[in-house]
Amino acid sequence: MRTIIFLLVKEFKQIFRNKPMLVIIFMLPIIQLLILANAASYEVRNIRFAAIDADQTPYSRELVSKFRASAQFDFIAMYPSEKMGKEAVQQGTVDVVLHIPQNFERDLQKEKKSQLLVTINAINGSAAAVENIYVTSIIKDFNKTVQVALRNAADTAQKPKEVIAIPLFWFNPELDYTTFMVPGILVLLVTMVALFLAGMNIVREKELGTLEQINVTPIKKHEFIIGKLTPFWILGIAELMVGLVIAKIAFDIPMVGHPGLLFLFASVYLLVVLGIGLYISNFTETQQQAMFLAWFFAVIFILMSGLFTPIESMPVWAQVLTEFNPVKYFVEVIRMVMLKGSSLKDITPQLVKLGLYALVINALAVWSYKKVS
Amino acid sequence: MSISLKNIGKSYGAVKALSNISFDVKQGELFGLIGPDGAGKTTLFRILTTLLFPDNGEAKVSGYDIIRDFKDIRSHVGYMPGRFSLYQDLTVEENLNFFATIFGTTIAENYDLIKDIYEHIEPFKDRRAGKLSGGMKQKLALSCALIHKPRVLFLDEPTTGVDPVSRKELWEMLKRLQQKGITILVSTAYMDEASLCDRIALIQDGTILKIDRPQVIIDTFPSKIYNVKADSTYRLLQDLALYPDTHSVYPFGEYSHFTSADPDFKPSDLMRFLQEKQHSGIEVSETPATIEDAFMELSKASELIDN
Repeated sequence: MRTIIFLLVKEFKQIFRNKPMLVIIFMLPIIQLLILANAASYEVRNIRFAAIDADQTPYSRELVSKFRASAQFDFIAMYPSEKMGKEAVQQGTVDVVLHIPQNFERDLQKEKKSQLLVTINAINGSAAAVENIYVTSIIKDFNKTVQVALRNAADTAQKPKEVIAIPLFWFNPELDYTTFMVPGILVLLVTMVALFLAGMNIVREKELGTLEQINVTPIKKHEFIIGKLTPFWILGIAELMVGLVIAKIAFDIPMVGHPGLLFLFASVYLLVVLGIGLYISNFTETQQQAMFLAWFFAVIFILMSGLFTPIESMPVWAQVLTEFNPVKYFVEVIRMVMLKGSSLKDITPQLVKLGLYALVINALAVWSYKKVS
Repeated sequence: MSISLKNIGKSYGAVKALSNISFDVKQGELFGLIGPDGAGKTTLFRILTTLLFPDNGEAKVSGYDIIRDFKDIRSHVGYMPGRFSLYQDLTVEENLNFFATIFGTTIAENYDLIKDIYEHIEPFKDRRAGKLSGGMKQKLALSCALIHKPRVLFLDEPTTGVDPVSRKELWEMLKRLQQKGITILVSTAYMDEASLCDRIALIQDGTILKIDRPQVIIDTFPSKIYNVKADSTYRLLQDLALYPDTHSVYPFGEYSHFTSADPDFKPSDLMRFLQEKQHSGIEVSETPATIEDAFMELSKASELIDN
């Protein structure tokens, strides 16, 4: 026990003496949080919009003005010809071009239907999909207005039987993306700090040769590993604390559930991440190798965590893989606790799975750590 | 026996780092492992300090088997690797304290053993280890290796890259430690340090060429050695190699060391030969053999066997 305490003291001394590193550990995540929370969003705004009105009728002008009035669209220009519209998309000066054909109004009135051509720059697929939804909803809205107008003129007896769905967004009523993203980004930051620092730390001792000096001492494997990982466990928890405070102050993210639950979950979660870090350091000789290996896992874990893309939309094999992704569980749980107010009972399945994970990965890591080569 | 090795061998893939190494070191002996870089000295140290398992053979350190009782060995040996391996961002005192603690002891408990060495660096005990001079780092490393009062001390090339004054000091410290009953195994690539050991093993390419007291090795050198000098050293070496009776020739400081294959060799014959080759400032004189001469002779012989 005395040895472990002494190791901890030594480790903390080294961490706090490395001033630039300390700044990196605490400042970078804060900056990341501030940047990512504002930048990482599915919302597509400022869509550059242009139209070609070959009809030049009250209806066509009405349709264009609906786009001009929309908050999502920035009106760029009216083009006299289809060719110019195409060129604008080619050059990337315009994202969406609406082409209203000749006789648009006449067809609508006589045949009750007409066609529109919408060109969307789909270089960024997900943005294009969202743009398509916006365009469709504006046209739908226009349709409604037109229908009402047409019916008024014709048969007022037939009342339209429309079904209107009113969506109610639970736990995030305004569909605020910051509220949705910040808890997830917090997970990302805690993960990075724990995974990279723990992995690098032991490899660094390998590189410096100090590990060899330690290995010829009678120090026990578990003493050394506990002494090495505990500081980063504490740093990870501290990081989460700082992150939560910033989330509250800067973004006013709600904390519906009990923060204690988050820290309980984080403490198990960090064991898993630190175990992975230790495992990486056992199989690498230099910090460079460890860095790349840690990146490999970090990228897969983060992109498959449901933080940016929903797990439900992944292929089945990928969904199975995510069962082994610790980041997924924490992203789930942090959103559940902060936004929904889940209780301990609600997060028990995740907690148990992660606990088992921690047990297995640390057993593997301790087993593969060798004082003798 | 404090250290004993029998047929120790170790390979890294196809490279044979050590083959059939056997020797014994007595209690309280200062034993030197002398050989060039890449001879296998560090591998041997790593095996004896339980950092590496050998492929074959057995060895005991202070009565403990290096494979079966490796945990006991770690409590009873001190190891100073060739590269400075202490924490550069901890101070002198923190480093010493750290190693004392993980060996389950304190600085005060064994202070008498390290006093002579630690005294030199004690004024700088609050300085970070990374900011010490080479010689001071050496003393700190030695203090840390001694803090648990080891029975056997392993020093891997402790004088490589150290200034002459610090080198001399280090050897004096080792002599004093030896008097306290500690067995010391030290390796070096400097042949001139060999004479400071009780016994030495000359090692090359993973095999031991000879084990004996340094004086015996010098005394039993088989042939006479001549110091040869001329104004153009490079041309001299080339021409000496052409001399029909040459057994060996290699540069040795400002001179070239020359041995003849002919037992009735006369220096005057060589002088005449060199004069014919237009050399100026020629000197030829007999000189006593050194460990380096013995090493060159032995390694030449072993190469002949290999080929």
